[in-house]
Amino acid sequence: MLRHIARTLVKMIVTLFVIVTLVFFTTRLSGDPIDYVVGQGITQEDRELLTRYYGLDASVWVQYLRFLGSFVDGQFGLSFVERRPVADIVAERIWPSLQLLLAGISLTIVTAVPLGILAAIHRNSWIGSAVMSIAFVGYAIPNFVLAVFMVLVFAFTLNWLPVVGNGTPWHFIMPTIALSGALIAALTRFTRNAMLDVLSQDYMRTARAKGLPESVVILKHGFSNASITILSVLGLQIAGLAAAGNVVVEAIFAWPGIGDLLVNAAILRDFPVLQFAVLVVAFAVIIVNGAIDIAYAFADPRIRLGRA
Amino acid sequence: MANAVFGIPATLPGFPAGVRRLWRDANGVQRTALLVAVLLLIVAAFAPYIAPHEPTAQSLIARLRPPIGFDRYKDGYLLGTDELGRDVLSRSLYGLQLTLILAALGATIGLLLGGALGLFAGIAGGIVDDFIMGAVDAQIAIPFTLIALLMLAIFGSSIEVMVLVLGLHGWEQYARIVRGEVRRLMAMPFIEAARAAGASGGRIAFRHILPNTVSPLVVQFTLSISNIVLVESTLSFLGMGVQPPTATLGSMVGIGRDYMPTAPWIVVAPALMILLVTFAVQILGDWLRDRADVRLRGR
Repeated sequence: MLRHIARTLVKMIVTLFVIVTLVFFTTRLSGDPIDYVVGQGITQEDRELLTRYYGLDASVWVQYLRFLGSFVDGQFGLSFVERRPVADIVAERIWPSLQLLLAGISLTIVTAVPLGILAAIHRNSWIGSAVMSIAFVGYAIPNFVLAVFMVLVFAFTLNWLPVVGNGTPWHFIMPTIALSGALIAALTRFTRNAMLDVLSQDYMRTARAKGLPESVVILKHGFSNASITILSVLGLQIAGLAAAGNVVVEAIFAWPGIGDLLVNAAILRDFPVLQFAVLVVAFAVIIVNGAIDIAYAFADPRIRLGRA
Repeated sequence: MANAVFGIPATLPGFPAGVRRLWRDANGVQRTALLVAVLLLIVAAFAPYIAPHEPTAQSLIARLRPPIGFDRYKDGYLLGTDELGRDVLSRSLYGLQLTLILAALGATIGLLLGGALGLFAGIAGGIVDDFIMGAVDAQIAIPFTLIALLMLAIFGSSIEVMVLVLGLHGWEQYARIVRGEVRRLMAMPFIEAARAAGASGGRIAFRHILPNTVSPLVVQFTLSISNIVLVESTLSFLGMGVQPPTATLGSMVGIGRDYMPTAPWIVVAPALMILLVTFAVQILGDWLRDRADVRLRGR
């Protein structure tokens, strides 16, 4: 058990280190970053002054060590565009992103899990195929297309919902649905498959033979065993999908979160912000995956008792 | 290209009889998807001959005209015109062509890169294996959209960079598949026999192992075409992909978004075309996967 957790933690730290290094060096490939700060028509002295100001006069290796050091002292540098600390800019974006993510994942769980169970129970009838068709459609529609069609119908045609920002609960509806579409589709499939694996087990027949009501058999004996598999999938697949989806959805609805920040930083070539925001999202995904991996170990007696 | 994209050679050794068998096994949805896919390929391939106008030809007196059947429809512009008076139909056709070319190139690069790394990792083993699979884990951990945004910001948005970025998409899936197959096959008696007969590592790799990995790779290739279409459209939609005046389906939706309240048709035509592509390819991919994977039969 402890070995499993230790191995997971070491793997997480190695992955984080690899990502930090890769992000740092690919960003340096863009040439002299000072070009993006100043633009044309600046005197040589001013240019050198700014180069020193942003700490770009040191060698690449010194800059790399400083960059690693910034994870210790929290000084991640200044934005090229806004001229304020990158950490502040990103920090004020985290809460709106979390709100949207939580809304999206909640909607995903409350719709996808029942749908998946339903599709598994009724796998040979029209209900099962209807659910799986909907899941397929949800999976194949890109979230920006879904968002654009929703905006067209509910904002511009019917005038029901607002498009930009996160001011009121009404603002949550379209971004949440746009974010969850693909997630619901993915989780419905996983839930169904996990349930199908469980439904054919011997202990299910035993539970029925004991005369338990069907709902108890399905939920207590079936779903609680399938939920371990579903949990691991929720981490591996959904965390990545949600992070990527968030970027697009936030950019479309001008949601003041990290995704919107990322896209704008990429367009404006604000590398300190872009670099830091990419790392924050990547860290979040890796930490969530690691946490779920450990939770999985606790949930699975075979690992908990150290037999696997 | 059609064969490469839809994996017909791998599942169908004898072409005409094979095609007939495939067709007979398919259900209605799958047949429709196959027809739509073939139709889209033909339309994309012959876009310059089908398109009624040049995709970048502007006409300032015919701006924001609606499609056929609406008021103010302008003759010869079936799907209406955009904010610069360009023909939406022609732009969608050229956009489809570019989107599919980018997807095919990207998927091919990903296949070659990931396949080679997976083969190398599986046969070499040891530290090489650890290193390559470590890179695979890192790639899986970061959402690809982030990597793509970073690369496009660094290298600028051009078609060449776009091909490279899309080529990086999905390499880790190919690498995992090939490595897994290699590890499985390496334990098989026929590999031992080949080695005992004095075959070199390269000969074992290309002659005995690679042909056996074709089937799962074809499935992955098909599915990744649809994923790459999504990635490319998303990036172009965000304004980070192919730059104007060149159109891809995603950038048409992205730019048309600003005119949505008054001229929704600029967005609807390319958006529907994206849906057609992703639906058709996903259905074909799922179908090929089900055929290839015995475990999934009957589900």
